[in-house]
Order: sequence, then C-alpha cells, then structure tokens
Amino acid sequence: MHDDDATGPAGTPVTAADDPRLAMAREFLDHIPHARALGMTVASLGMSKAEITMAWRPEFVGDPSTGVLHGGVVSALMDTCCGAAVLADPKGPPSTATIDLRIDYMRAATPGQTIRARAECFHITRSVAFVRALALDDDEQNPVATATGAFSVGG
Amino acid sequence: MGDRNEPLAQVKSRRDTMLAALVDGVPYVAWLGVRFDRRGDELTAVLPFAERLIGNPMLPALHGGVTAAFLETAAIVGLTWTALWDDMEAGRLAPDLGRPDSLPRLPKTIDFTVDYLRSGLPRDSYARSRIVRMGRRFASVQVEAWQDNRDRPFAHATGHFVMPQG
Repeated sequence: MHDDDATGPAGTPVTAADDPRLAMAREFLDHIPHARALGMTVASLGMSKAEITMAWRPEFVGDPSTGVLHGGVVSALMDTCCGAAVLADPKGPPSTATIDLRIDYMRAATPGQTIRARAECFHITRSVAFVRALALDDDEQNPVATATGAFSVGG
Repeated sequence: MGDRNEPLAQVKSRRDTMLAALVDGVPYVAWLGVRFDRRGDELTAVLPFAERLIGNPMLPALHGGVTAAFLETAAIVGLTWTALWDDMEAGRLAPDLGRPDSLPRLPKTIDFTVDYLRSGLPRDSYARSRIVRMGRRFASVQVEAWQDNRDRPFAHATGHFVMPQG
C-alpha cells in the first residue's frame, strides 16, 4: 500500500465508504465493548487521523462537587482515538495495542459538554506508531487535555 | 500515636468511613467498579472483571483506557488517603456521603503516563500506589497493576498532581 492511497481522485479524503481498510477499522471501533459502554462515536476516520466524540454523563463524573468528568474517562477516549488514528494510517496494522500513553490535563472539561478527541498518527515504522491527540470541549481554542503515545504495529 | 485503648470497632469505622467517602463519593469510580481492600493504612485497588471493560474483543484484552483509569483512581485515592491520614486519626474529619460538601477535596491530575507491559487479561486486576513525593502543592505518585502474579505487573504509571489548597 502506498502513501498516495490516502487521497482519492482530486485529493478528496478517502472515507470508510470507499476504502475497505477504513471500513474494517470503523467496524472494529464500533464493536469495542468499553467504547460502547462510554458512548463513544467515531466522527471521522482516514488519512492517519481520527475524531471520536463522547457525551457528558453524570455517571462519568470524577468530582461530584463540580460535575467535572473523571480523568479516567478522558484517558479512555484519548486511548481509543489514538488507536483509531493508527488504524486509519495507510501503513497501519489491522489491530494495535498501546505501548505507552501520556496525558497532560490542561483544564477541567466543562460539565455537560460533549468531549471531542482528535488524534493523528504522525510517524509509523514496521513495529511502532507514534501518535498525538487533543481533547476538546465547546471551547475549541483551549484544549482540555493533550496526549502522546506509542502503539504497536503488527505482532 | 493514637489512643492504645481506643475501641477497635471505632478505629475500623473511622477508617472505613473515610475510605468509603473517597471511593463511593465519586460516580465514575463506582461505574468502573473499583473498590479498595484496606489492611491498616495499606490500600489495594481491586477492579473486578466485566465484559464492558474489554478493548479488544478478539483477544480478548482489557481496554487501555480502563487500565489507565484504574491506575489513576488507585493513585488519587492512595494520595488522598495518605494526605488525610493524620487528620483522620486525630478525629478532625467527618465525611458524610449524604453531604457532598463534607467530602474531602481531591488532588487534580497534572499529567499521567502509563506503560503497558503486557495485555490485560479478562480477569480481576489489582493495583497499589506509592507516593514518591508529596509537598504542599505538588505530588508525584507511582502505581503498578497486576492480575495473576504480583511480580508480573501488566501496567505501571507515574502521575503528577496538584494538592487541594486550603
């Protein structure tokens, strides 16, 4: 598979609709039990990038006095989105596992707002994929969290 | 040192009430299903396996986010428990689950880095944290999780936290 497979005719992004690999990746993501339990939705997938959203729910609160989401929920969303970006890479594997993941929490997510994670697989070798991600709420200029991770490729 | 002759039931009740306030007062910790075993001041976080914790149904394996959340919960509860111990033992704290404003304020995570050492199996997980340094403003905590064998951890993490002020 070549890099230029990432774009279709006239440079339009290849989507799950016309790339069987992306369709398989989306199928896999849609059936992750924990992602379903948290209510994650794949908003976009392709060209080494992924975007996944998750609605705020009272049972995901980490601080009952403020209603702010628990860091663990943000971790789960970031981990899923980073893994999705690896699967969405033209040279990506059919499945992947997290090697390490660092999350920096910049500010509390605003209670009640949907969280949106955007991840990009910015380098991939035969064995490792390097990924970074942002978590955003409605104030998209001020990220809630950033993540950096390494993911396995093959074997 | 506490009172040597303090009734045992009173000692246990004070500590278990505080631990319950730290754990049961947090909706997400309850949703994930994390509970804590206590032996004196030593805490072990326990995450009973459930189908909804799976990240890869083909293997199957625990979701990496579940592992991260479990480790972060173990770190935050361990840190708060240690920070409050003296006040708790001196009887200066009276947490009441019915009154959220009486519950201890929790440290805020600055960053959290997880190393995934092997895949999490579809069975119960355990974790213990160790406070590397706790200052007035910041703390650094290490935490390790295992399943069948204590000396074969499947993940470990380091996190930095801002301590609650005032």
